[in-house]
Amino acid sequence: MPAFWINMGPQHPMTHGLWNMKVQVDGETITDARPELGYLHRGVEKISEVREFQKVIVLTDRLCYVSSITWSHAYCLAVEKMMGVEVPERGQWFRVISLELQRIASHLMWLAAYGPDLGLLTALLWSLRERELFLDLIQLMSGMRMNQNYPRIGGVRNDLPENFDAMCKRSIAHFLRKLEKEYEPLLHESKVFQMRTVGVGKISAAEAINWGVTGPNLRACGVDVDVRRLDPYETYEDVDFEVQTWKGPDAGDSYSRFICRFREMRESCSIILQALEKMPKSGAYRAKPPRRGEGEGYARTEDSRGEALFYVCGDGDDRPYRVKIRSPIFCTMAATPIMLRGNKLADVVAILGSIDVCVGEMDK
Amino acid sequence: MSASTPPVGPVIGRPVAGIEQEVLAHLRQRFGAKLVDAKVVRPLVAEVAIDRADLLAVCQYLKEALAFEHLGCISAVDWKDHYESVYHVENYYNGCVVQVNARIPHDDPKIASVCGLWNAANYHEREAWDLMGIVYEGHPNLERILLPKDFKFFPLRKDFPQEVDRQYISRRKLRGGK
Repeated sequence: MPAFWINMGPQHPMTHGLWNMKVQVDGETITDARPELGYLHRGVEKISEVREFQKVIVLTDRLCYVSSITWSHAYCLAVEKMMGVEVPERGQWFRVISLELQRIASHLMWLAAYGPDLGLLTALLWSLRERELFLDLIQLMSGMRMNQNYPRIGGVRNDLPENFDAMCKRSIAHFLRKLEKEYEPLLHESKVFQMRTVGVGKISAAEAINWGVTGPNLRACGVDVDVRRLDPYETYEDVDFEVQTWKGPDAGDSYSRFICRFREMRESCSIILQALEKMPKSGAYRAKPPRRGEGEGYARTEDSRGEALFYVCGDGDDRPYRVKIRSPIFCTMAATPIMLRGNKLADVVAILGSIDVCVGEMDK
Repeated sequence: MSASTPPVGPVIGRPVAGIEQEVLAHLRQRFGAKLVDAKVVRPLVAEVAIDRADLLAVCQYLKEALAFEHLGCISAVDWKDHYESVYHVENYYNGCVVQVNARIPHDDPKIASVCGLWNAANYHEREAWDLMGIVYEGHPNLERILLPKDFKFFPLRKDFPQEVDRQYISRRKLRGGK
């Protein structure tokens, strides 16, 4: 029998954006898969080359609309390394807080997408409801709900509002209560949820490393790596947090990826609370960067989806000469055929939902 | 070389101070004059520049002897008189990153593929071919990945024009100044 290919996408509810997963099936079993990317390619790297350093932040914000701050921050960090700009300590703490708020908001958005993938509409409604709390906090910090344009080369745009501490603590306490009382009984302990995800979409740790899978997807394979701890940037050295790694059996399946992401939200809450205590109450939060830059800068950060890497070259002009973006999900996508092979067609949704696809950053 | 055997045991994912000097010393000892340039950029980050002919040997040494198991990124840069293929290779055992800059002449944009070492190179090299037009020899499936298959240009090259006027509307210009 000739190979039978099914196009899942570009207009498929599973894709969460525009991309195409071609799946080869033998009956119900997947024998091969081939992702097709590029439907959302906007040429961010090329457009960056004609904009001044500061104006590129507008573009990097739009790389991924659910995780804008983390992307702009990675870009700013790379440019700071190139220009040799030192961020004041208070600005670094602001960044840590905003990054973790953004991470929680991003993970909640993923949960809101993953629930309906498996037929669990409650997860959509609940996590979007809780995401509002964090969007409100981000709005307090930066003035925007989305595409915040908040990090600056040399610091952040503005100071915290006066009563931010209290509001942040109140929201986080509320959220932690919800996690324990509502989310865990709904998802972790649900037999149906486990039947759909446990043992599905497996990838081994060695293969995951070799294929460049990073972030929560790699930690789900039992590899204890987090760039926040491996190569600490900003003030992550001064906060205590536990890297969420899957330690049980069935490492690298959809359920372990779900658990790692889910637990990261709790860790992020703890990081934010520590940062609120430890950050200085007054002082500068932004250094003035030079207008022009020369040389090359490189920075890697732990984005919500994995390792984000920016490589920026300057030729002494006020614009970057070359900006290279390493998108974690672009690399994870290369490994999806391994996760899919041997599973049933009905599990494609349960597998691809669990890796948290964001097409904006994947296609750049 | 006893000191350069890969660490055994599970990944602990914590930085080791001074590791970049050690890695650079190993590379200098092994490759000597083949390294066109070798320096420490900042803690945990080392940078070496090599000729494209030595790429596979350097990468193989990094991966197999020094346990750099993760290929972070492959970037292609057009420096007008030459191209550069830049590899960021990362170590999960000690946090070290080695940036390998391989110089490629402008009239012959070809370099060996590292897909045999890291499968992660597959998509990165396809992207670099797609946008910059560098041929990675030995790649299993070198075709366009982001742009349409019938696209005839390599947009990230510096001779690919792009509209610049509209990007530069400053307040001063709007008021009629230069």
